[in-house]
Formats: sequence, structure tokens, C-alpha cells
Amino acid sequence: MLAKEFLGRAAAARSTGVVTERLRVRSLMAGVLAIAIAASAALLIGPADIDKTNALKEILNRLPFLSVDSGLSAIQKNIIWEVRMPRVALGALVGGTLALSGASYQAVFRNPLADPYLLGAAAGAGLGATVAIVTGSGDGVGTFDLVPLLAFVGALAAVALTYLLGFSSGTQRSPAALLLAGVAVASFLTAVQTFIQQQNVETIRQVYSWILGRLNTASWDEVSLLAPYAFASALLILFCRRILDVMRLGDFEASSLGIRPQLVRLIVICAASLGTAAAVAVSGLIAFVGIIVPHTVRLLIGASNRVVLPLSILFGAAFLVFVDLLGRSLASPAEIPIGVITAFCGAPFFVIVLRSSKRTLG
Amino acid sequence: MNFFVADRLGVHIEDVAILNDVSLSVEAGEWVSIVGPNGAGKTTLLSVMAGLRQASGSVAITGRNIDEMTPRERARLLAYVPQHPEIPPGMTVSGYVLLGRTPHLPFLGTEGSSDFDLVQQVLLQFDLSSLGQRTLESLSGGELQRCHLARAIAQATPIVFLDEPTTALDLGHQQQALDRIRLLREEQRVTVVMTMHDLTLASQYSDRIILMSKGQIAAEGKPEDVLDPTRLSELYGAQVKVLKVDGHLVVVPSLSKENF
Repeated sequence: MLAKEFLGRAAAARSTGVVTERLRVRSLMAGVLAIAIAASAALLIGPADIDKTNALKEILNRLPFLSVDSGLSAIQKNIIWEVRMPRVALGALVGGTLALSGASYQAVFRNPLADPYLLGAAAGAGLGATVAIVTGSGDGVGTFDLVPLLAFVGALAAVALTYLLGFSSGTQRSPAALLLAGVAVASFLTAVQTFIQQQNVETIRQVYSWILGRLNTASWDEVSLLAPYAFASALLILFCRRILDVMRLGDFEASSLGIRPQLVRLIVICAASLGTAAAVAVSGLIAFVGIIVPHTVRLLIGASNRVVLPLSILFGAAFLVFVDLLGRSLASPAEIPIGVITAFCGAPFFVIVLRSSKRTLG
Repeated sequence: MNFFVADRLGVHIEDVAILNDVSLSVEAGEWVSIVGPNGAGKTTLLSVMAGLRQASGSVAITGRNIDEMTPRERARLLAYVPQHPEIPPGMTVSGYVLLGRTPHLPFLGTEGSSDFDLVQQVLLQFDLSSLGQRTLESLSGGELQRCHLARAIAQATPIVFLDEPTTALDLGHQQQALDRIRLLREEQRVTVVMTMHDLTLASQYSDRIILMSKGQIAAEGKPEDVLDPTRLSELYGAQVKVLKVDGHLVVVPSLSKENF
């Protein structure tokens, strides 16, 4: 349905000679291709001894209308479909969700440095996860792993608190009041989290490993936990993509064009925070994806949110699958936490973004 | 019934009256200029009239109170160009003008061929067709001003509010911009209300002038009635002469002996 609408719109624009920034089929194909390449590489490469040609045959065998005998044992097949594949799927979902949330926050705050953790989601999730870990419910001994649940609740509660504070404090309800409330909430929750962590030094390793982010516990359970939130969040935000281009004019001019900026901001923040909270719950804190990916799309393809939002999902997914592959291959069989690799690539990139956006930051 | 009526508008910030009990009406197809010294309340009045700023009193267009309209309904009747519009980085000229179609689209819908046709027509009208793919920040001041006007015209509203539309322009571009607005009025019967600093240009182009001072209307009427040298000298704290050149009023500063 979306594709048909998209093609119809492109045709309408072409027929009248008005050239606007729009999502081109070429860019979409590039995004899909990037995911396919990253996913194939991640399925083929790993510490388990599986012949790559046979693994490739096994993947082809699973494609519709193809039947290829891979000659792999049941265990090897299991490694591909129950170990590597859910990890690829989870990486793609987390990457796409974080990149989209980052792009959305940047759009509604008109701030190139906004990221998915801007309103306290990371600090809230960190506190939730720490509480779950120190109370002993996070070591998998109990019947139910509380870490994702408390991280999810913590992230959403922190964003809600920020929103309430931002609205009650700012007499003119400006986005700046919201950002400052986010800083206050994040600092407070981080202080509480650090205190609890210091009181329970024996779990510091677990907490630390959660904070750095990881996909190594991925199973289809995590995938099915995240997927509904990721899709709902993406659908809601993509529906708002045209309105988010109007928001680029600032609140005053957007209202002169019949938009309610506060309402749009609330809808998009809710959707993006839901996605972020779910992603953080299953993967811990993975930094910089929400900044690197949307800005790369902006720099290389276009600044319109109709371009940036959908492509951030695709390239965010491909990026995280690829980075996760690096994280588990570079020091194989040991794993480098994925958050370390994203930050390692992200920090230098951050500088480039800062330099190139100097003009607009004024 | 008047086309546009503003009744007893008031804006107060911490007991200071920015706008004090201002009432005025505008006829369909009229061109009205609001003039006055800095701080007289011109921009505040304009944004209140456009429904973009909270105020006491009421504003009605074709008999309907704008407070009772949804923002979208309001934006289909009133277009507003601020003095310093935002220039979103990386936005193309045609994408920018297309944003004018926002109030005519459903909240989650996208533009159709009629919107693209209209935008193409507006780009032609404003000599912007060849710049369609350029980004806004690559344009000159005159070209940018045309983009802002083009977006307001693409909004296809019966009334357009312009806040100091010529401030950033040189003499030639000021005339071009105002000539273009005049042409649009004749072709599409758009009603124009604008604030202006240049009294000469205001008097040459508008049907009526509203002179503001300290949040109130000091005088209103035809240019020759409002632009009285004694009144202007008093309100602006300046020495001015009003001359008539080729049948048009010209307001010029005159050197007073006391100043030397």
C-alpha cells in the first residue's frame, strides 16, 4: 500500500515538472541491499566450524521456490537458524529502531545532536536494569528474567517524567524546557543508579556489561519481544514523515500552516520512546547509532524527513548487524561489546557531524 | 458584513499593554499597510490578526470567529509570512513552496497532482522555476523573499499577512516584490495586510494606512490623510516633510536647525 502511494506520488511530481526531495527507489534498494549483505555475512561468519559454501546453500534453501541440499548436520543448521539468525534479526530490529528514534528526536527538536536517549530513556533503563540485576532476578536463576521488563519500564517512566517536568516548568512550553528537563532527569537517575551499583559491587560486572550493550543473548524470544514495539513505533513515525517536514519550519510557522506542533511532538516522542525502550530492554545501551545513521543519510542522500526516516531504518539495521559482526569477529572467540564498537566509530563521526553542521547551529 | 474584522484586540505582558483595545476591519481585496515607529505593536497586531498569538478580543473572517476554527481551517483562510522566516538547512525551493499546501492535505496524507500543478504555477509566477532544485541557503536575499511569498501564495488563502516584506531588500527588489504582490491582488483578488517601515512605499502601494503608536491606532485612512507631517514628526520623534512627486506621496527626513 505504502509502495503504491509512493510510486503514484513520484509519478505525479514528475508529470508536472516539480522536483521535490522524495524517497527514490534507488535509495530504498541500496538500503535493502545493505541489509542483505550484512545479514548474509553475519550468517556465514562465526566461531562454529561451518563450511561457508554449505552455509550459503543452507540459506538459499530457505528462500522461497529454492531447494538446495546444503549437506549440513542438524546441529550446524541449528547454529545458523537458532543462534546466528535471531542475532541478525535482533541486531536489525534494534539498529533500525534506534536510528529511526534518533532521526525522529532530531526532527521534533530541530537539533542535529538529539539522540534516542535525549529525554532520559538510557538513564531510566540503566536504573531499571541495575535494580533487576542487584535484586538477583537478572541472573536467569528465577523463573522470569526481570532485566528487560524493568529496563523497559524505567526508560518509559524516565521519558514520561521528563515530559511532565518540561511542561510544568516551561511557562512558554518551549522544546528547550523539555531538553533541560531531560538533562535533569538523566543526571538524577544516573546518580541513583550509580549509588545502587556502588552498594552492590559484586554485581558491577553484570551491570557494566549491560550498560555497554550486547546482542549475544539473542534468541527468537527477544526478537518477538521487540518486534511488535519496533513495528508500531516505525509505522506511527513514518505516517508523520510529511508533517515532520513542516515542523522543520519551527513551531510558529508550522502553526501558521495549520499544524499543532505540541501535538505532533507528543505523538512522535511517544512513538520513538516506545521503540527505544523496547530496544534498550533487549540489547542494553548501544550508543551513537541514533546519531551516526540519520546524519549519514542526511549528508549523502537528502535532508527531507521523507528520505531520512525510512532510510534510517534500513541503514540503521544494516549498520548494527555489521557492527555486531565486527564485535564478535575481531577478537574471536571473545566478544567486544557492541556499544564499544558503535562508540568507537561514532565518536569520530560525531566530530564530522559537528563540523558540517556548524553553519546551522549558528 | 465586513470581510475581516478585528474587535478590541489586547495583548498585555506583565501589565504593560503591547496592544491596547485595537479594532479594525478590512474589505475583501483591499491592501492595508500597518506603519508606526519601532515598538508600536505592528508585528504583534499582525500575528494576533493571523490567529498566531493569544490575545483578548476577537478576530472574525467572513463572519466566522477564528478561535472557533481548527488550526487547519484557519490556515486555509489566513497565510502569514514572518519578517525572518526559518530557512531549514538542505530544503529545496520547490519542497519549501510545496509546504504551503499543508492546510489543504489530510493530516497523514500526501500531495496529489493538483498540488504539484499549483506549485509549478506559483514557481512560474515568482520566476523560481529554474531554482526549484536549489537549496534555500544557496539563494540571494531577493530570491529568498520570492520563495517566502510563493509559499504563502501556494497556501491559496483569501487573505495574506506580510510582516515587513521588503526590509531585507534593496531598492529594486523592494519595488519588484511589491509590484508582484500588486499583480497577484489583481489576478487572484487576494487581500493583503502588511507591516511596513518605509512610509513612501506604503503610501504608493496600499489602499489604506493604519498608523500605530504605543499599542494603539493613532490614525487610519487614505495615505494622504494619515501621512501628515506634523503627526509623523511627533510620533516618530523626527523631522519629516511629505512631498508630492508625480502625484505620489514621498516622506523624506528634513534637517532641522535645532539639531545642529
